[in-house]
Amino acid sequence: KIQIFCHQMSILQHNGSSVIAMAGKNCVAIASDTRFGIDAQTIAFDFSKVWQISDKLFVGLPGLLTDSQTFSEKLKFRVNMYRLREEREMSPRVFSNMVASLLYEKRFGPYFVEPLIAGLDDKNEPFISGMDLIGAPVLAKDFVLAGTADEAMFGMAESLWRPDLSPEDLFEVISQTLMSAFDRDAISGWGAVVHVITPDQVITRTLKTRQD
Amino acid sequence: MDSLIGITGKDFVIFVADTAQARSILKMKGDEDKIMVVDDSKMFAMAGDTGDRTTFCEYVKRNLKLYEIRSGLTLSTHAAAHWTRRALADALRQGPYETNLLFGGWDSEAGASLYYLDYLGSMHKMPFAIQGYASNFVLSIFDRYYKEDLTIPEGLDLAKLCIAELNKRFLLAQPNWAIKVIKKGDDGKASLEVIVPAKQ
Repeated sequence: KIQIFCHQMSILQHNGSSVIAMAGKNCVAIASDTRFGIDAQTIAFDFSKVWQISDKLFVGLPGLLTDSQTFSEKLKFRVNMYRLREEREMSPRVFSNMVASLLYEKRFGPYFVEPLIAGLDDKNEPFISGMDLIGAPVLAKDFVLAGTADEAMFGMAESLWRPDLSPEDLFEVISQTLMSAFDRDAISGWGAVVHVITPDQVITRTLKTRQD
Repeated sequence: MDSLIGITGKDFVIFVADTAQARSILKMKGDEDKIMVVDDSKMFAMAGDTGDRTTFCEYVKRNLKLYEIRSGLTLSTHAAAHWTRRALADALRQGPYETNLLFGGWDSEAGASLYYLDYLGSMHKMPFAIQGYASNFVLSIFDRYYKEDLTIPEGLDLAKLCIAELNKRFLLAQPNWAIKVIKKGDDGKASLEVIVPAKQ
């Protein structure tokens, strides 16, 4: 009936998801698969795990999807309150620190999400960071990733990424990385969405992928 | 063990639910109504133990009514679904409600909408959704035959196809099904119709 701990390794693999963020030259990109599944069954294929927090700041929340939804709502609330009080946007670095802090508050009963943050600060410098479910941050210059296909994504990203990618090249690199990786993972995939953030605009593209 | 099917079409949401209330291998009741009407424009289809499912859905129904009394506004399907999701998610780490739900309704902003909610509080808006073991049999039927902007008779035909498949291949015999539809009425407001009552 209600069995979630009997035959799997971790609660982070209950739903299945893959998210990756990469930095380029004056741009960042963040991409996720769009499968919504429960254990082995796929329920829907249009559930993106990336939420837009403000004009040039996105957060990806792979993991247990109920916590992704709850946590994204809490983050939106905090960013909105910050904007009302300070009358300015929260910068990506500050946002990343806030996410880490919120996660550690629940150290002994955590949110089962592994956030990835991608954005441009007010000088349009790229910023990406990732953390584990209790808020241990990683500030990378190249890419951060999380999810059930993480090991596969590491291999692809390490080979394909190079510094100073243009927005078009960054889109190609991040898409190929994500797709090749989740094609090897049973519980993520079923479509993908990629956001490329540049100083002028955000371009969101949906990828046609294998539907299995 | 509960099989719940939700179908959206042009300005309507149909819920189809089996009517068995079971305790292990014993069928306690064969005319249980698992589709709870929140108001004329929204309804729940509930799966799980009777205790949790009716308690939780009554809790949501009463709170939506309280909001309406206090503010004079009826919440949209979108807002009510998100409220429900948050109630499930907040309860998850205190004392989870072990109930999987479908929540559907019609309003003038979004038209017909259907939300799939699991007991952990994951929610997704979908054109059709199934809870229970029935999903293993019936999701693929929808992938093949569902299209946008169905009419109510087409939706009911699709439901009949699903019930026939379950009766043929699902181990548990589920002879009785309750069907309710919420649709846009002639006056432009939502209206509820019971197509097949649980008590027959």
